[in-house]
Amino acid sequence: MELNSEALEQGRKIFQEEATEKLSELEEALMTLEESPGESEPIDQAFRALHTIKGSGSMFGFDRVSGFAHQVETVFDQVRDGDIAVSPELIQASLLAHDLIRDLLSADQGGSPVDPARVEELLGRFSAISGAAGEPDAPAAPRVTETEPGETHELRRYAIRFEPDRKIMANGTKIAPLLREMMSLGSGQLEAQTDSLPLLEAMQPEDCYLWWKTELQADCDANEIRDVFIFVEDDCKLDLEELGPVIEAETPQATQPSSPLSDEAAQPTTAQKAPPSPAQPAPQAVPQPPQTAPSHKLEAAANIKVGSEKLDQLVDLVGELVTAQARLTELAAREADPEMLTLSEEIERLTGELRDTAMNMRMVAIGSTFNRFKRLVRDLSAKLDQKAQLTTEGGETELDKSMIDRLADPLVHIIRNSLDHGIEPPEQREREGKPAVGQVHLSARHAAGSVLISIRDDGRGLDAEKLRKKAESRGLIPPGSELTPRELYGLIFHPGFSTKEQVTNLSGRGVGMDVVKRSVEALRGAVEIDSQPGKGTEITLRLPLTLAIIDGLLVRLDGAPYVLPLSSIEECVELSRNEIEASRGRNVAMVRGEIVPYVHLRQALKLHHDLPPIQHAVVAEVEGRRIGFVVDEVIGGHQTVIKSLGRYFDHLKNVSGATVLGDGSVALILDLNRLVQGAELSAAGRNLEGEA
Amino acid sequence: MGKRILTVDDSASVRQMVNFTLSGAGFDVLEATDGSDALAKVQGQAVDLVLTDLNMPNMNGIELIRALRAEGDTRLTPIVMLTTESQADKKQEGKEAGATGWIVKPFKPEQLLAVVNKLL
Repeated sequence: MELNSEALEQGRKIFQEEATEKLSELEEALMTLEESPGESEPIDQAFRALHTIKGSGSMFGFDRVSGFAHQVETVFDQVRDGDIAVSPELIQASLLAHDLIRDLLSADQGGSPVDPARVEELLGRFSAISGAAGEPDAPAAPRVTETEPGETHELRRYAIRFEPDRKIMANGTKIAPLLREMMSLGSGQLEAQTDSLPLLEAMQPEDCYLWWKTELQADCDANEIRDVFIFVEDDCKLDLEELGPVIEAETPQATQPSSPLSDEAAQPTTAQKAPPSPAQPAPQAVPQPPQTAPSHKLEAAANIKVGSEKLDQLVDLVGELVTAQARLTELAAREADPEMLTLSEEIERLTGELRDTAMNMRMVAIGSTFNRFKRLVRDLSAKLDQKAQLTTEGGETELDKSMIDRLADPLVHIIRNSLDHGIEPPEQREREGKPAVGQVHLSARHAAGSVLISIRDDGRGLDAEKLRKKAESRGLIPPGSELTPRELYGLIFHPGFSTKEQVTNLSGRGVGMDVVKRSVEALRGAVEIDSQPGKGTEITLRLPLTLAIIDGLLVRLDGAPYVLPLSSIEECVELSRNEIEASRGRNVAMVRGEIVPYVHLRQALKLHHDLPPIQHAVVAEVEGRRIGFVVDEVIGGHQTVIKSLGRYFDHLKNVSGATVLGDGSVALILDLNRLVQGAELSAAGRNLEGEA
Repeated sequence: MGKRILTVDDSASVRQMVNFTLSGAGFDVLEATDGSDALAKVQGQAVDLVLTDLNMPNMNGIELIRALRAEGDTRLTPIVMLTTESQADKKQEGKEAGATGWIVKPFKPEQLLAVVNKLL
């Protein structure tokens, strides 16, 4: 029975996923080993990863991958035994092996084919490494437990005597299946011999007191019969003698066992008691290497893998539930029925918990993404001929999984940028009194409902003047405009902006940074940049904790409901019309002794109707600053399931989505960051033209 | 047939293949990802045969075999080790720990069935 094609396909898919995971583990182990060559745990990890790839690969037909993995695994086996030392050459070759296996897997899925010369070359490197430690053993043909198809078709006769050891059943052996298998090879009569049976009182239920003999007619050869007993050869006496061929006249359907089977038969030429195990239970069985598995490995057994589509479905449903529950709450309030109110409160509580749990399931620690970058930095700095090192912090910080997936590329680009434009060559650094090895530091942490990811390097920093000149020459800012250094730094996110005359291979043509910004904003996040010339640059990404459901503040503007993301909000204050006029267009207010600039949402959203006498400013933290947003009225908190408005409304910058309220009406969700930017830009414009 | 087989392997693809092969032949298949998981599963249900890889994190195959032989319910349950060519010494060690038989990776579905039929 062969695996049918559907099972094979599925198996191949599972193997691809599994191999990718194992490759990740291998890479991680190698990076750890590079930093701490004395540790044994990473060697074991690397070995196990290769071992699994080899084993599973061959089962599903990935012969090239399996064969190659086998060679590398053998070398690591030798490292485990101490025959080969961990060396930079070994690590480098192993990292290349990792890449090769990855490319072989991708070639199988339709990616570009792998040049056989590359495989040969790498194998050569490994042979050089294992050198005197001996030839890596070639993967032998799998041990076949069924015998070669019998060459003979003529019927033969065998006299068989099977005498199991008394304790044979102690290791789970069952006699019946063995006898059944033996008899299925041909035809004959099987006889159990009971002469060794003790009296009942002396009988041990788990001991075997019987033995069997038979004369079997079969067209197989002796080895096939022996194979039946392959697992028990050490635990029994098996006598096998081939008798003369079947002769018509002698067809032994007799009930009497024929004479050749007498107990004292002439010494069967092929009889043998399997020699006592050559290695008598060796007291020095291979000692297990002291396994101090790090605790995070134990956790792995308690996890279940769930396809992310299933999770997405669950989150969607929870979102719908939250919406329905909000309507229920509103209805209960209107009906003013006490029982219904109680029930709707209960449901609200449960829904909230369900929502939190569902959101939590999608949270994944960012640490594994960070670790991938260590390799990137190592390889890149080698290529660029400078020395740089990546350090990380806060890897246990959790983010929504889809967000992590979408952050990978922007982060890569930012890091590449640091290495390419930020970190100076070692000699230059030393001249400036900096350590020769540049530092790129990745950190992640939670702060007030957001996740902050920062990339900091200790390179040459940004030159504000240079940026200004470039921006002016490109017409991005009017000449002579007063922009703070931070605002100038922010210009690098503008499309088509690049101060490096020479476009390098790695970072490209300044296309990168604006794409980074857009990607982050697509995640409803924001990018900030700060720098100190000569000292370094820090880029900070501020991201929401989750994409799908947020807590929002419901406000009213010009009679219509809008939602502001609650996480940023600090407080609400009243603004009388007098106060607004008094500030004379400068749009600042005094909030508890502090000056807070504010944005007129009516203006920003172009709702120019009569202003109510009293308005409210919702003070929120946006991009590290406190900014007020002026609304007509604050209604209250509202759990918001964010629904996208769809492609046709993509161009609406100030709106990040919409939500359905309890009464069924739709409220737009405002993007506070965008609103602030928009207001700043128009303020800059107004300032230049004089006071509006 | 209704006999229940527990397959223990940290590789999802091996488990999938074993599961498919054996359930196709009418067996009820349980899966475990490593030794501790396996021990937990046999507490819950009676098992007629255990198929285990040797190289697993947490508790490896040999330790699992010993643990199974020490448990009342599984003392006499047939246990098959999954080994590779390079692990001849493991086979011996496994036997001493109490394994009933072995099968060498990589194996084909029919080889797996042949071994299982030998023991059940």
